[in-house]
Amino acid sequence: MARKDTIDALRRRKVGAKTAALLVDAGYTMASLKKAKLKDLEKVVTQEDAIRALKRLGIKVEVPPPKKAPSKKKAPVKKKTPAKKAPKKPAAKKALKKAAKKPAKKAARKKPKVRPTIPSKVPEPSAWEKRVMRILQSKKRELPSSLIQNLAARAQKLKLKKPDLEKVVDYLWDQYGANLVDPNESVGIVSAQSIGEPGTQMTMRTFHYAGVAEMNVTLGLPRLIEIVDARRVPSTPVMEVFVSDGADDLDRMRKHATEIEMTHLEDIADTEADFLNNRVVVYPNVAKMRSRGVTWKDLDHTLSKMRREKVKRVEGDKKRKMEAYVLDLDQVSYKRLQKQLETVKTSKIKGIDGVHRAIIRRRGDEYVIYTEGSNLAAALELPYVDPTRTNSNNITEIYEVLGVEAARNAIVREATSTLAEQGLTVDIRHIMLVSDMMTNAGDVKAIGRHGISGRKSSVLARAAFEITSHHLLKAAVTGEVDYLDGVAENVIVGQPVTLGTGAVNLVYRTSAKEG
Amino acid sequence: MAFNVMEHDMVPEHHLLSEKEADGVLAELRVGREQLPKIKSGDPAIRFLEEVVGEPIAEGRVIKVVRLSATAGVFVAYRVVVER
Repeated sequence: MARKDTIDALRRRKVGAKTAALLVDAGYTMASLKKAKLKDLEKVVTQEDAIRALKRLGIKVEVPPPKKAPSKKKAPVKKKTPAKKAPKKPAAKKALKKAAKKPAKKAARKKPKVRPTIPSKVPEPSAWEKRVMRILQSKKRELPSSLIQNLAARAQKLKLKKPDLEKVVDYLWDQYGANLVDPNESVGIVSAQSIGEPGTQMTMRTFHYAGVAEMNVTLGLPRLIEIVDARRVPSTPVMEVFVSDGADDLDRMRKHATEIEMTHLEDIADTEADFLNNRVVVYPNVAKMRSRGVTWKDLDHTLSKMRREKVKRVEGDKKRKMEAYVLDLDQVSYKRLQKQLETVKTSKIKGIDGVHRAIIRRRGDEYVIYTEGSNLAAALELPYVDPTRTNSNNITEIYEVLGVEAARNAIVREATSTLAEQGLTVDIRHIMLVSDMMTNAGDVKAIGRHGISGRKSSVLARAAFEITSHHLLKAAVTGEVDYLDGVAENVIVGQPVTLGTGAVNLVYRTSAKEG
Repeated sequence: MAFNVMEHDMVPEHHLLSEKEADGVLAELRVGREQLPKIKSGDPAIRFLEEVVGEPIAEGRVIKVVRLSATAGVFVAYRVVVER
């Protein structure tokens, strides 16, 4: 047994299984290993393994010269990464892959650590924060990092001495414990009430957006319902497009905006069906083209896709001559002509699908493009767009493009901003709970019949919510069992609910003396 | 994809835990894998991690998510990979 424990202890310190077994079999224990010399260990295992093992145990080893061979393998990988971090990320990633693959699996496995991709989203703790953390560690306690940060900032201002700081940490620990949510507290119900009550004060319909007056955005109660229902497309999808550089240059931003905004042919040209000659004629409007940033080349491109022959020609009589595109129909048919006119009118010339309008607004010291209509996937691919900040209010889209965790953040952000916009303050914890529940299954689920409430494990709870007969009938047919773990089912049955004091059971245990 | 999902402000850090680390976490939290929140194997974050690791991430692997929380500061959450 002692042997196994020692091996386990070594394994926990990341000493290889083989090395650990060999060392233990040679009669080493944790205590004796700590005192052991490299020379002694070398008799049992290879020098390389011995050095590694001692290092893992936190013992300083004077590395003998022949060790250079293995260190050479690792060095190039480590040296290369900081140098290649400077250029654009994809290139660095590829280089890393190449570098990592060569020196065998060890280096490849280490790659997540030198990941060029997850930079420093978590801030490095300051000196004072570290001080607080050390005190906590010595007492084997843990506090949320926000509390540590807060305490450290204040302690730094007051320049607290260590004993004083320790006292404060103790007090903080007590207060933290006293203010934690109690076990079996019904947080869900509290959340529902806390969001529901302010919800009654929300306006039923408001349409305007803070800062962008010319844009209509659903706000207030309809928006909140939309978020909680996890609608695929919100009634007014909006994107905030940030530009990676030149964000304070209005002219360049205008150009970007025209590139993002979807332009149809009818936006820049007059189209008409020429019944006499059985053809569709397009008269581009040069002024409109310029304002939308459309070139003749763009037009040529779109229109020549519809017809194989050259379509650009000069139309009109001597009085009114202008460049036009003419699409002849090979068949004389009124219906076909109408249809052709429609396809010509609605053909897309440039822009991102789904973006109907792009507006430039100043925000702080830069311009931001707000769009009506949202297509995050396409927007993030654009070369001039800043793909770290560009955002949408379409939660499903965020889920698809950026993943569940981003969707979780998006729900919290959208719900809080909707409530805050109405002057209501709801503790973010309640919204976070809702968001956690909605994204718990790995995708965004609505709160309601088709989402969370409809997936409860208890039949009675589901039946109590909606479509009662359906659930009861199905449960009867499939022989479902209800374990009466939840609140609703216990209310139905007439038992105390499993919350608060109701969650505690009395167990009679005979004393040891009586046996 | 031309952009890196992980660099987006809305996406917290994701790390793939080794089986040993995962078992340690589960023991510490005293929960089973099925009790953890899920993340689909087709999730953009998982697809990105697969690129980093260089191999497909199997179902049942545990992902460590380091969230920047408004209330708790840095908060570590875990998700288990499930089939898409």
